[in-house]
Amino acid sequence: MTPNLTASAAELARLMAAGELTSEVLTRSCLARIEQLNPALNVFLSVDAESALAQARDIDARRAAGEKLGPLAGIPIGVKDNFCTTDFPTTCGSRMLQGWTPPYDSTVVGKLRAAGLVIVGKTNMDEFAMGSSTETSFYGPTRNPWDTERIPGGSGGGSAAAVASFMVPLAVGSDTGGSIRQPGSVTGTVGVKPTYGGVSRYGLVAMASSLDQPGPCARTALDAAMLQEIIGGYDRHDSASIDQPVGDLTGAASAADLSGLRVGVVTELGGEGYEPDVLARFDEAVDLLRAAGAEVVEVSCPSFRYALPAYYLIQPAELSSNLARFDGMRYGHRAGDDGTRSAEEVMNLTRDEGFGKEAKRRIIIGTYALSAGYYDAYYGSAQKVRTLIQQDFDRAFEAVDVLVSPTTPTVAFKIGERMADPMSMYMADLCTIPSNMAGNASASFPAGLSEDGLPVGLQVMAPPMADERLYRVGGVLERALEQQWGAPLLARLAEKEISA
Amino acid sequence: MGITADDVARLGALARIRLTEQECHDLAPELNVILESVRSVSEVAGPDVPMATHAIPMANVFRDDVVTGSLTQEQALSGAPDQEDGRFRVPQILGEE
Repeated sequence: MTPNLTASAAELARLMAAGELTSEVLTRSCLARIEQLNPALNVFLSVDAESALAQARDIDARRAAGEKLGPLAGIPIGVKDNFCTTDFPTTCGSRMLQGWTPPYDSTVVGKLRAAGLVIVGKTNMDEFAMGSSTETSFYGPTRNPWDTERIPGGSGGGSAAAVASFMVPLAVGSDTGGSIRQPGSVTGTVGVKPTYGGVSRYGLVAMASSLDQPGPCARTALDAAMLQEIIGGYDRHDSASIDQPVGDLTGAASAADLSGLRVGVVTELGGEGYEPDVLARFDEAVDLLRAAGAEVVEVSCPSFRYALPAYYLIQPAELSSNLARFDGMRYGHRAGDDGTRSAEEVMNLTRDEGFGKEAKRRIIIGTYALSAGYYDAYYGSAQKVRTLIQQDFDRAFEAVDVLVSPTTPTVAFKIGERMADPMSMYMADLCTIPSNMAGNASASFPAGLSEDGLPVGLQVMAPPMADERLYRVGGVLERALEQQWGAPLLARLAEKEISA
Repeated sequence: MGITADDVARLGALARIRLTEQECHDLAPELNVILESVRSVSEVAGPDVPMATHAIPMANVFRDDVVTGSLTQEQALSGAPDQEDGRFRVPQILGEE
């Protein structure tokens, strides 16, 4: 029996629960798909087939013995390579951590194991999650399965491409400025950044701690909801973790319509600088929301225009501090230790050799923004802007239940196109950054294809701890589009031949 | 006021990253472009706007003072570039004299 790898995780889980499919057969098929496509796409940095099959057989045996298993038990999953795993190296896409295997599991990975998901491998990412294209990975770029000349988004391009190319039905990512949502948008998949504090950061290698948030990557709203219900919830190991129930996300993803829901279109996230196809798909998606019963109004968030510049002060400042721990003394890469050099000299050489160009660029900017004499003008001002953005959101959510915008101003760009121009790369996160700055929940759902056949995403933003609203909107939009197209968006990718 | 290649070298020293003269030279104009584009943040928020410290307001988090599990010495040393007698072995920290 060959399982249908284009099926949703929910459907595959149903087949396993009904005894019509085993995790071993499914896992074997996923591994074969990875083996077939990974040379062209460079999605997985590490895969452990033996361990994955052993996990799968264990789930099958427990199910056969009548054990009550979780709703996604036996489903293969990919994990972004910045989550600590005791059985895989955790490189963060950097030479600095090449071959490093952590001595403990991240909370997210621990929860996946406890829920019986089968971890098949670790996915490629921009170095230490800095980037919007997965091009800064020391291990080479990941390619977009829709067009292998193009980027899959970043930093979590590996996780999004793994799900889009049917290697695995689910993956987890982390979102600091859009690293789950923007890859979701440009690969035609669902990417969710839960409320900050909704999913534990423990064991997620820190980039910018006040912004980092783990979340699900999936092909449907329901699959993402099922995954967030598993990885979400309070964790005493994360001081920012919110001690509240996750909520009924799967119920919301199955909502029949949007009657009574007030939707705000953000004036500032659109217009000049956005590709016409992106705006056209966005407008059509908003029409579908209206047809499903939503009341749509325009909402102005004037401070959003300062979100990107403020982010590019706060994020480098925090990462320059967080990445100070990579000094070649206790773990990771060490360079130039020939017995004659001092520890400080070895640190200097280690960090020169271990970090790539973008990491160095941001560490230097962060060091500058935090240095004496500049702290108030840069970091302090940026934190004030953050307050203004939060106030914009607060005002908006008094008038509407959710906000919507395009997820990213353009479709997937060509590999290499923006590497020489950091500011153009940073613009890819223009729409996603405000929700990291304010900490509210936000997600990207497929909204169709451009004229060139490249995916466009719709971003939904909800107040903190109202993540279920994302899934309600996403689920209804997904079904409306599917009805229009006669099949899910990714069915078109399933028909395509993927080659490098 | 722009960042010079000398400034980049000084920042590199603060950040413990060896940068070649060429790298400092290349990075300076790139950093100036980035800093120019973020300069607007210092103009938008007046003195009456408080700084946000967290995305979501939160109180300090305490836990009960009870002993819980932690890494073993072996686990803690498992990624060490160099070790000796159950300790991290690092290059000399003080001068020879």
